[in-house]
Amino acid sequence: MRNRQATQLLSELSHGGRRAAVFPPSDVPEWPIEDLLPSEALAAAPPALPELAEPDVVRHFVNLSTLNMSVDTHFYPLGSCTMKYNPKRHERLSRLPGIVDVHPHQTATNIQGLLELLYEMQQMLAEISGLPGVSLQPAAGAHGELTALYVAAAYFRAKGEHRTKVIFPASAHGTNPASAAMAGFECVELKETADGFVDLEQLKQHVDDQTAVFMITNPNTLGLFERDIPEIARIVHAAGGLVYIDGANMNAIMGITRPGDFGGDMMHYNVHKTFTGPHGAGGPGSGPICVRDFLAEYLPGPVIRVRPGDDRRFELVTPAHSIGRVRSFFGNVGILVRGYCYLRTLGAAGVRAAAEHAILNANYLKELLSDVLPSAHGEHCLHEFVASAERLAKERGINAMDIAKRLLDYGFHPPTVYFPLVVPHAMMFEPTETESKATLDAFSDAVHQIVQEEAETLRSAPLTLSVSRPEEVNATRKPVLTWTACTKD
Amino acid sequence: MSYLFTTADEQQQMLQRIGVDSLQTLLDQIPAELQLKQPLDLPRALTELELEQHLRELSTRNASASSRACFMGGGAYDHFIPSVVDEITSRGEFYTAYTPYQAEASQGTLQAFFEFQSMIAELSGLDVANASLYDGGSGAAEAVLMAIRCTGRLGRVVVVGSTNPEYVHTLQTYLVNKSTELVVVPTPDGTVNLADLEAVINDQTACILVQHPNFFGCLEDVASIGKLAHQHGALLVQSFDPLSVGLLKRPGELGADIAVAEGQSLGTPLQFGGPYLGILTCRQQFVRKMPGRLIGQTVDRQGRRCFFLNLQAREQHIRREGATSNICTNQGLMALRATVYLSLLGPLGLKEVAELSCRKAHYAADRLCQVEGCERMFAGPFFKEFVLKYSLGADVAIRKAAAAGIDIGPALSRLPAMEGVSEADRDQCLLVAVTESRTKAEIDRLVTALS
Ligand SMILES: Cc1ncc(COP(=O)(O)O)c(C=O)c1O
Repeated sequence: MRNRQATQLLSELSHGGRRAAVFPPSDVPEWPIEDLLPSEALAAAPPALPELAEPDVVRHFVNLSTLNMSVDTHFYPLGSCTMKYNPKRHERLSRLPGIVDVHPHQTATNIQGLLELLYEMQQMLAEISGLPGVSLQPAAGAHGELTALYVAAAYFRAKGEHRTKVIFPASAHGTNPASAAMAGFECVELKETADGFVDLEQLKQHVDDQTAVFMITNPNTLGLFERDIPEIARIVHAAGGLVYIDGANMNAIMGITRPGDFGGDMMHYNVHKTFTGPHGAGGPGSGPICVRDFLAEYLPGPVIRVRPGDDRRFELVTPAHSIGRVRSFFGNVGILVRGYCYLRTLGAAGVRAAAEHAILNANYLKELLSDVLPSAHGEHCLHEFVASAERLAKERGINAMDIAKRLLDYGFHPPTVYFPLVVPHAMMFEPTETESKATLDAFSDAVHQIVQEEAETLRSAPLTLSVSRPEEVNATRKPVLTWTACTKD
Repeated sequence: MSYLFTTADEQQQMLQRIGVDSLQTLLDQIPAELQLKQPLDLPRALTELELEQHLRELSTRNASASSRACFMGGGAYDHFIPSVVDEITSRGEFYTAYTPYQAEASQGTLQAFFEFQSMIAELSGLDVANASLYDGGSGAAEAVLMAIRCTGRLGRVVVVGSTNPEYVHTLQTYLVNKSTELVVVPTPDGTVNLADLEAVINDQTACILVQHPNFFGCLEDVASIGKLAHQHGALLVQSFDPLSVGLLKRPGELGADIAVAEGQSLGTPLQFGGPYLGILTCRQQFVRKMPGRLIGQTVDRQGRRCFFLNLQAREQHIRREGATSNICTNQGLMALRATVYLSLLGPLGLKEVAELSCRKAHYAADRLCQVEGCERMFAGPFFKEFVLKYSLGADVAIRKAAAAGIDIGPALSRLPAMEGVSEADRDQCLLVAVTESRTKAEIDRLVTALS
């Protein structure tokens, strides 16, 4: 039950003179601050933060938390995001003092345990991808894409080639073109074939000596394996380009096939997805990249290696022709530690079993929903599938968003809607392997009930949550982004 | 152990419903010649007990701020984290949710981030903050790209040389495939000389990037730098320490148009460099050029206050190659940590942390400078961190301190080269940072160790 008082804004709960954190009195001489810092640098007063007591703060945030859906509380089949169970052991272990309290500038000699862990993580990621060069630095998948594109640019520069184009299929995630543009490349988008695959003829037309990188998600964002990937790679390589594998969908193929074996030259992982990061209300993630051996010298530094001649010592080194850095410090270590714990728990057989069951669950759900939400592509899918609500929209005036919103009333988080852009009224379901048959059955029952309901009911959904649909038009025109902005009108 | 919940009989029923006789049939979508012929070469699977034993063993082989007194700086600091921060952010309702695309089912996250934006805007003295970027380094690079968009000037970016060298390094990477020229102005005196900046700024300059307090802990004359930037039609981007504004003027008061910060100090543990918290704030007029997510307040259909992801048309999932940034997954949970931390501190707590850190740093500097062979590299005023020059060499200082159970540094020689700092100085110099968590006894022990 929501406590409405506690979920007022902190600025409204604030009461002058209240406080939670109190610090000890100074044990060093209380020199006047005015003697230590020049007066022109000093503020007249500290920032006007809210003033609250500790119980206010706790009650506020605990009550806010109850307004969320999460993997711990609900089935969350958000396509492309791999919302699998987040093992609790990871939380405890990543908070061990020798991990959580290590300063990033500590010297390698006194953090050998942590460096060993991160080195082993590099090794495991290289093994799963089939690509030997690893950088753990990128903070998320998109950051990994950007990093790899800088690596590609450095590689071509070193070869004396100036290549300007990055090519990707229209079904690509938005971060692919955004990363390419940010890295200074020109974007070329290819239309899919009717079956949802890369169109080889079009690819041949566009790939030339200006092509730096072809970016492809495999399995693609329709949940289908690009069977022509060896041929695609041959075409790109023949023109001197590189193939980038967006690894957001590694949960479908880990332990079954490897990007390095099907023609990829570079890839990123999303540790927060595939290796159950967790997702942290939007982040943090971790987006390590793996590359072929001839690209490893361009990776950002530092990376960890075994000290030559001493296989028990680990050291931090920067690759010979490194692109430099893409952020400060080593990487999102806290998330990498969780990914490490996950892989050490699963082992080789467990990794493969997880992928197989992700595929089983997706196909089962696809089949259960096929009468009301058919998928236009593929008889079977891998770990996710994209259904279309087009028929319902035409016949009954129910659109994908209405179904999504009504699912909330039934206690389920909806799938991803309206992505990928190549499917009209797209609903992208990714159940993951950590859901039971009973949950999938219950979810399917809910969808079937929903599509029987009056269109009017669905358009007004959700009806049972703390709020209904937000008004966006005026809010976009006149955005209110802080609580001072709220009080301005 | 793979966290699978389907029993063999259920699996059979599921396969039947799908209409295939085995799991392998589903895998046939992947051409046989591409499928692995043998299992991956991964270490053997561990039970929870074994995993715990293994991680504990690895953990005990690391020195850390919980086993030693941490006087380390250079962009990450051992500030105290009240227990409520961990308690709240350990709630599965927060940490196992994702990006709040479905506003009605994410009001907890959305409101918390709206409050984050509000408090961070207040700390920076500017109008709006986004809902986080990756960290201080990539955040600084994003701010510079944003300044280029805001001014439409692609020609040049001027960076004050006392900025965190890892941030400058990151910015270099981000600009390398573009036509923009990066000019770093050396700061041999610890802070920048205005005339040196004046000599390089031109009418194609998008912005000046300055860090204050700077990487050496010293205070820059940001207001004058801002005036110079504005005279040339450039923006001022300030990288700041979000705790310093408990005492120091805020970026907005100093003339900054965009402010960025590493938010680790606001309740996020050190954890060897990440995940941390990238902060970016700006003046209202630039809001549509910002990278990253923005939470907005609105009303629902019944007129009740609610929150949603506003101005999404800037973002990659809508605008694709025209997006203001490629960022998708951000550092949400760290933003939540900062929100809880700041609500616990309030204005008085923030002031206390800033004052304690500042006083203790000055006490430490004062005592250390009485030790033979020790001096401060730069004489100017500083906040909570300073460059110590040790005549026997920075590495010797670090080793002596370590023997007394104390960590100091980093040595400047371990960082990317900084213009205006000579090789000899680099070998002798290191950073010493002092937070409210350090005691007088620890400071005195450090002094003894270096004597
Ligand atoms: C297919 C695909 N590519 C890239 C990304 C970007 O990854 P991240 O959000 O970790 O930056 C995502 C997820 O958001 C994705 O689904």
